[in-house]
Amino acid sequence: MRRRTLAAVAAAAVLLLAGGAAVTALTGPPEVTTSDAEVEAGPEPSGEAVRLATTTFRPAGRGVLPAVLLAHGFGGSKDSVAGEARRLAEQGFHVVTWSARGFGGSGGRIHLDSPDYEVRDAAALVQLLSTLPDRVAQDGPGDPRVGVVGASYGGALALLLAGADPRVDAIVPMITWNELGQALFPQSATLDELAATPAGVRPAADPGVFKKSWAGNLFAAAGRGGGPPGCGRFDPAVCAAYQASAAQGAPTAELTALMAASSPARVLDRVRAPTLLVQGESDSLFPLREGDANARGIAATGTPVRTVWYGGGHDGGPGETDRLRELTVDWLRTWLRPGPDRPAATPAPAFSVSVVTPRSDGAPDDIAVRTAPGLPGASGAPAPARTGLPLLGPAQTVAAPAGGTPATVTGLPGLGALAQLGAAATAATSPPGGSALFTTAPLRAPLRLVGSPTVELRVTSTAPDLTLFASVYDDPGDGRSAVLPQQLVSPVRVAVPAGGRTVRVVLPAVVRDVAAGHALRLVISTTDAAYALPSDARTYEVSLAGDAALSLPVVPTAATAGRSWLLPAAVGAGVLLAVVLALVVLRRRRAVPPPDPALLDVPLVLQGLGKTYANGFQAVTDLSFRVERGQVLGLLGPNGAGKTTALRMVLGLLQPTSGAARVFGFAVQPGAPVLSRIGAFVEGPGLLPHLSGRQNLELHWQSTGRPADQSYLAEALEVSGLGDDLERRVGTYSQGMRQRLAIAQAMLGLPELLVLDEPTNGLDPPQIREMREVLRRYADTGRTVLVSSHLLGEVEQTCTHAVVMTRGRLVAGGPVAGLVGSATALVLDVDDVELAVRVLDDVPGVQDVRRTEAGLTLRLVGTPRAELARALVGAGVGIDRLAPQRGLEEAFLALVGEG
Amino acid sequence: MPERGTHRQLGAVPPPSAPDARTGAAAGYRPGRTLRLRVELRRQLLRRRTTLAFGFLLLLPLLLVGAFSLGSDSSGGNAPGLVDLATRGALNFTLFTLFASTGFLLVVIVALFVGDTVAVEASWSSLRYQLTLPVPRSRLLRQKLLVGLGLSLLAVVLLPAAAYLAGGIFFGWAPVQLPLGGTLSTGTGLARLCVIVGYLAVTLLFVASLGFFLGVCTDAPLGAVGGAVLIVILSNILDAVTALGSVRNALPTHWSYAWTDALADRIVWSDMAAGAACSLSYAVLLLAAAWLRFARKDITS
Repeated sequence: MRRRTLAAVAAAAVLLLAGGAAVTALTGPPEVTTSDAEVEAGPEPSGEAVRLATTTFRPAGRGVLPAVLLAHGFGGSKDSVAGEARRLAEQGFHVVTWSARGFGGSGGRIHLDSPDYEVRDAAALVQLLSTLPDRVAQDGPGDPRVGVVGASYGGALALLLAGADPRVDAIVPMITWNELGQALFPQSATLDELAATPAGVRPAADPGVFKKSWAGNLFAAAGRGGGPPGCGRFDPAVCAAYQASAAQGAPTAELTALMAASSPARVLDRVRAPTLLVQGESDSLFPLREGDANARGIAATGTPVRTVWYGGGHDGGPGETDRLRELTVDWLRTWLRPGPDRPAATPAPAFSVSVVTPRSDGAPDDIAVRTAPGLPGASGAPAPARTGLPLLGPAQTVAAPAGGTPATVTGLPGLGALAQLGAAATAATSPPGGSALFTTAPLRAPLRLVGSPTVELRVTSTAPDLTLFASVYDDPGDGRSAVLPQQLVSPVRVAVPAGGRTVRVVLPAVVRDVAAGHALRLVISTTDAAYALPSDARTYEVSLAGDAALSLPVVPTAATAGRSWLLPAAVGAGVLLAVVLALVVLRRRRAVPPPDPALLDVPLVLQGLGKTYANGFQAVTDLSFRVERGQVLGLLGPNGAGKTTALRMVLGLLQPTSGAARVFGFAVQPGAPVLSRIGAFVEGPGLLPHLSGRQNLELHWQSTGRPADQSYLAEALEVSGLGDDLERRVGTYSQGMRQRLAIAQAMLGLPELLVLDEPTNGLDPPQIREMREVLRRYADTGRTVLVSSHLLGEVEQTCTHAVVMTRGRLVAGGPVAGLVGSATALVLDVDDVELAVRVLDDVPGVQDVRRTEAGLTLRLVGTPRAELARALVGAGVGIDRLAPQRGLEEAFLALVGEG
Repeated sequence: MPERGTHRQLGAVPPPSAPDARTGAAAGYRPGRTLRLRVELRRQLLRRRTTLAFGFLLLLPLLLVGAFSLGSDSSGGNAPGLVDLATRGALNFTLFTLFASTGFLLVVIVALFVGDTVAVEASWSSLRYQLTLPVPRSRLLRQKLLVGLGLSLLAVVLLPAAAYLAGGIFFGWAPVQLPLGGTLSTGTGLARLCVIVGYLAVTLLFVASLGFFLGVCTDAPLGAVGGAVLIVILSNILDAVTALGSVRNALPTHWSYAWTDALADRIVWSDMAAGAACSLSYAVLLLAAAWLRFARKDITS
């Protein structure tokens, strides 16, 4: 049974190990094959024919797979996504990458994801996939099972394609736009009604502020190549519309129409492909409001949407690349299954955010992912509650400089780490008189901000319109500089009638934990270097309006379960295994080996017992002796002879290095049950000082677990002779009292073998005499006593038998009479020496009679001294003195080798 | 008061009764009945250190109430917010008390209850008498560990209970105000408190096991308790060295405060799961080491 348990445990352990090894071996990445091809696409407006460069990635040796179209970002080509394509292929997808028209090795011109060009090109690739039924899974004739993945320019393409082509089964658009017009000419003044989602904006109709530095960067990225000057590979019509708009700081009608056509907002109600929508928190090009609007639009039709706000974006920030890859593969695996296997709704959580806490020590930011069941205000989830934080600050007049310089520098587009510098230096770079400031009281409690705060302002302007930039700083309020989360600002451009107007401003959407004690600071600035500014000088007056409060969305979030259960589960299994093993081992150890039948009635036998300590000191060497029932055996030896070490081995406290001790035939080992027949007093008392004498004895007996009527407490208490002192704390006892209590404790239960180590230390002479009598009487009850001492006289008077040890070895042993006799001389002073010598000749046991100056000396073996005295007196010899010679002690010392 | 003992009664005692033939034990002796939990509990409860520790735990909330009523209200700094909220009501006060006690007080108390339980017997010399009764060695460890853990658990429960009462009496019974915003009803708040106390008990298992292991290795109770506290402090210091990166996740005290994740509108389990797993792993290792060490150790105390 026991062996079977052990085998089962071992088998479980082996299985675990083997399983781990097998999983590791099987999950190595497969080899990926690639093939390039050129695909015919629709011609340019000029009639120029266009061929697209494509590359297909597949795991080697696999048959029919779901397909993924992987689109690249603006300024890139199919080569810039080759790494991602390879990773996706390793996960078991047929991945197609291509260079969009106007980029890389493909022909044609850039039309900004136009439905007539780039979107149609992608639809052609889908069509191509439907002709490969032996390699790409098909949902029906001409309908391949395909997902579309892309970031930024590629992300918008994914959305637009899903809206145009119902054959698309899943999309993963990342960091992309909803309305290109709002992305390039943002307007943060809102209609009276707020959007239902936390980062949503319903912009006022006035055209927004031109995001000139981002737009300039983007056009420069495509600015090389042929065509009209400064237009690079742009389609000439697109280029002209952009240039005209940039010059006037507002979109022309042509550009407005063009941007509307290229905006996913137009087609969201037709998207049926489940969408994983990733938007960056650190993104001043396509901020969270763009992703928010996409999610709201798609979810409105009941299409499954999962929204992920991660820490990065076009401005850099933490990448979270691995997590996004995992999410993407997970999404594609979920929705590119055969139709019936797809889930009915979005798997939870449908909304997650990354709470990024920058660290001052330069280490990577701390990122905590928090989730909610869905994006509030979308997919039927209720709109977020809003809470108001009162703002303080008077009406303030701010000036906008002519030409728009000097301007506030908040962020530099696309320059992640550098942009952080802008945040720290904001106070310095904001021109004097150019900004108005309102602040909340320090927060009583920490606050997690998820989404856009809003605020209502009253404004007047010296011009017919006004351009302002609103932002919310996290202000520690302790002298350190305030921080502008992600360097985001909300531009506002509205017409202002002569008497002024009120305007509600939607502030930048952020995810941030604001600590208790910090305040939120609303800054309204007249300039921002990243935007086109009015060229004339003007002044505005800004004051709080409405309820004069920051309105904050309240989005309850929690941590993701993620894979964190893996570690605890592994540990749990380990703990269980350890406990089972421990139980098995302990059960084995509990078995008692059978006794030596010949020794069942012998209280103690030492068989070649030896103890060598780790430092090489031999405390006891080859010690053998027996203690028979009814004996009071003295273990005699000078201090340091190894007596206590021997007794500790007898009690199972020390492990012998050789030999063994047997008690009533049972081998002694730690905790051997036979030890219950020994009462011990070794090397001083071990009492609980805070308890009374009686409590000590009672608790000691209770610890044995034996019935109270076996304790013989009354007998033990009588032996201790402590009387009323028993009720006092042991801590107040004298050494002798403690000694007596400890001996009484050893006697509890009247054990068959009583082992006492130097019991008379600290006792006074009457107590010593009483102790001798107690031990003798104890042995008379059929029990046995083993008592150690370094005093020969002690042993002589107390014991029936003795063994003598020195330097860890046995040197003599036997009945005390014989032992003592062999070593004891008497001195005899008599009046008639001659007569005495004659009488002594006749007394049995008298040996070695000598005349000395002091009188007669002799050795007496086996005859009591009283007998000798009676014989002498009976013969008429007068005795002056009959006493042991001082040489007795010397004889003992000679025996133990110290004479 | 007799100066010496007498032995009149010894003359009347019967001869020893027959032992158990298989094990050689004295009549009535069974290893499984030695040092029963209630006996060990009595041994510990009669000690002054036990009563003093519990007394202090009961007194601490009152001291804190006094401190809060003396000090002027200075909300500021970026503390975790539990301080600012401490006087909002019974549950907030309890949470603050736990927050203030997690790092050191509870560590010391648990180290004391579990760490000195074996070492103090060695220092009283009573360990050898327990072992020659004989209480089997692994049983002695088990009983002492169980009683030590029981007392520790009582301490971890008693402190929030006392704080809850004191907080309620002095600050009212308002619902919990969460540091990250929002409130919880008293019922939910109490349930969260149970989760927190449970988690604390599990993380303190590491401290207990460490103290226990040291207590088995040394004969000086101060060495065991002080050693355990020192190692906890060392772990805290290393945890403050951010350059160690993810190595810190394996530090036993890294997750000490993960229970604050139960103070969100929805409980965040991941860190607490990691913390519990970490503590349990160390506990298993340390306890296994304690058992191995004690099973064949030479008792020289």
